[in-house]
Amino acid sequence: MTNVKEPLIPTVCVITDIRQDTPDVKTFRVLTLDGKKPFIHKPGQCAMLSMPGVGEALFSITSSPTNTEYVEFSIKKCGCVTSWLHAAEVGQQITVRGPYGNGFPVETEFKGQDMLFIAGGIGLAPVRSVINYVRDNRANYGKVDIVYGSRSKDDLVFYKEIIDEWKNDPTVNVHLTIDREQEGWDGHVGFVPNFVKEVAEKFDEDKKAKTTAVLCGPPIMIKFTLQGLGEIGFNKEQIYTTLELRMKCGIGKCGRCNVGSKYVCKDGPVFRMDQLDALPDEY
Amino acid sequence: MRKCSLSNSTALFNKIAENATLYIPVDLEKGRVAYKKYADGMKMSDALKTDRSAKDFFFPQTENLMEFKTEGKSIEIIDNRSEAEDFVVFGVRACDVKSLEVLDKVFLAEPVDSYYKNRREHGVIVSMACTRPTETCFCGTFGIDASAPKGDIECYKTDDAFYFNAVTEKGEALLAKLDGVTESSDEKAVNEQKEQIKKVLDKLPLKDLKADEFGADKTDKFFNSPEWKNLSEACLGCGTCTFVCPTCQCYDIKDFKTNKGVQRFRCWDSCMYSDFTKMSAGQPRLTQMERFRQRFMHKLVYFPTNNDGMFSCVGCGRCVAKCPISMNIVKVMKTLGGKNND
Repeated sequence: MTNVKEPLIPTVCVITDIRQDTPDVKTFRVLTLDGKKPFIHKPGQCAMLSMPGVGEALFSITSSPTNTEYVEFSIKKCGCVTSWLHAAEVGQQITVRGPYGNGFPVETEFKGQDMLFIAGGIGLAPVRSVINYVRDNRANYGKVDIVYGSRSKDDLVFYKEIIDEWKNDPTVNVHLTIDREQEGWDGHVGFVPNFVKEVAEKFDEDKKAKTTAVLCGPPIMIKFTLQGLGEIGFNKEQIYTTLELRMKCGIGKCGRCNVGSKYVCKDGPVFRMDQLDALPDEY
Repeated sequence: MRKCSLSNSTALFNKIAENATLYIPVDLEKGRVAYKKYADGMKMSDALKTDRSAKDFFFPQTENLMEFKTEGKSIEIIDNRSEAEDFVVFGVRACDVKSLEVLDKVFLAEPVDSYYKNRREHGVIVSMACTRPTETCFCGTFGIDASAPKGDIECYKTDDAFYFNAVTEKGEALLAKLDGVTESSDEKAVNEQKEQIKKVLDKLPLKDLKADEFGADKTDKFFNSPEWKNLSEACLGCGTCTFVCPTCQCYDIKDFKTNKGVQRFRCWDSCMYSDFTKMSAGQPRLTQMERFRQRFMHKLVYFPTNNDGMFSCVGCGRCVAKCPISMNIVKVMKTLGGKNND
């Protein structure tokens, strides 16, 4: 019995680095106790992290699979498990199980496409995994545009990486925006949906046709961004997003993330917009 | 076919209990009926149904999954799973037998739930044909035959004897061990009982309830029906229907701090509760209407979509009998099921 694999039993791992990204977002680097990556994943997949006695919760994996050394989770402080994690120190052990979910189709549908990455706030966490995967397999993809926005400059997650690496990558166009004017910010000001439209409107018809958009952020941002992209000629088959619902098992059994006949943990969290439209509006 | 006279039933139960823990339905006070661990001389209930189904044996209401010891920044996981004991559940009705097939689809699908599988492997089901199906019964709606209850051993109880037919290998092995307390028999009495059962089934008030309108890929047809509002209006969200349901299997996982460490346990949960889907980021099912709809859509549409048309209802009628506001899947099917259920 005990030599039968049980998917609900996790592995003990250790937090080896903690980076304060924004006032309420920290990025945690996680390794097994013998210093290895806890699992091999696909961009867009998630994993269950827990502290026994506090609880277990599902988080998107923010590091790229091309990173051979460690996995990272960028976590916003908003509930019980996340608050505990934010108080944790380097060297703290946690439990990990996963990876779960389908991930983005980076080796199939995305191949050869121009990529338009759109994210709001902590929504960049899962998207960062795809962005860095694409950057590390640059020859397989066309042009890359990243539109990213947050409430303020201080709320831009991965700001250092965006400035030091993505902005310095000549094959990537980074478009940053913040919601309101702020001292020390000379970049774009305004909401993500409008900014996306501004950026993508300049694409010629040929580029629009061969662009795939990856979209993640608060529901209201997703709603208006979709509307805007539709107005300038994008269709739903070109747009992918990733969902977040309450989950306990991560393996399609506990029933929480059931939307229509799909389980977000197993059949998602990545959905193409036309697939999402076919589901009941309960996400 | 093997036969054991009812006057010999104590010897029969004692024989089964020699090799495995035996559970039989027993009458309790105030008309309650429950499976109890058999002890010498215990009388089996003649009631049609136990209050709770045989689901409890394979997917218990609560169970410990693992333990943790924490010290400083360190965590130790203690996997204390062990081989389940061999057990026999005696007198499981056709509907409840079928419910295990439904649960198998969930728990034995990859990745396999080892806790459930362990108990499934060690449990033997002796079913029992229903001589007195009642007005809340509608197993026939889902193609279940109360006169052929299946299980590992199919059992019929007449006025004077039990009759047994092994259905599976596990059933054969158990029946072989009972040779000393059973004798060979023809099928005459059983065939007569089957005919008798069919006559009763034909008189049941819900015999014409049809599920044809429901099934795989019918989400669009029913999801936005205006009827959900009326149907769900009086729902208290108490979750009784999910707890007595033999096929409801949603669960929660929680940690419990003990003096010695942390226990991570699993317990039944219900889609009827607002907490079920509530996140710090929001609540996708805001009202009881949405939660109510989820339960019935899952049983009648979503589950069949993922499982070759198999419904996640077996017509046992427990929810019909137990709902405090008398709402149930029968009313839902009649209301949404169109002309087929007039």
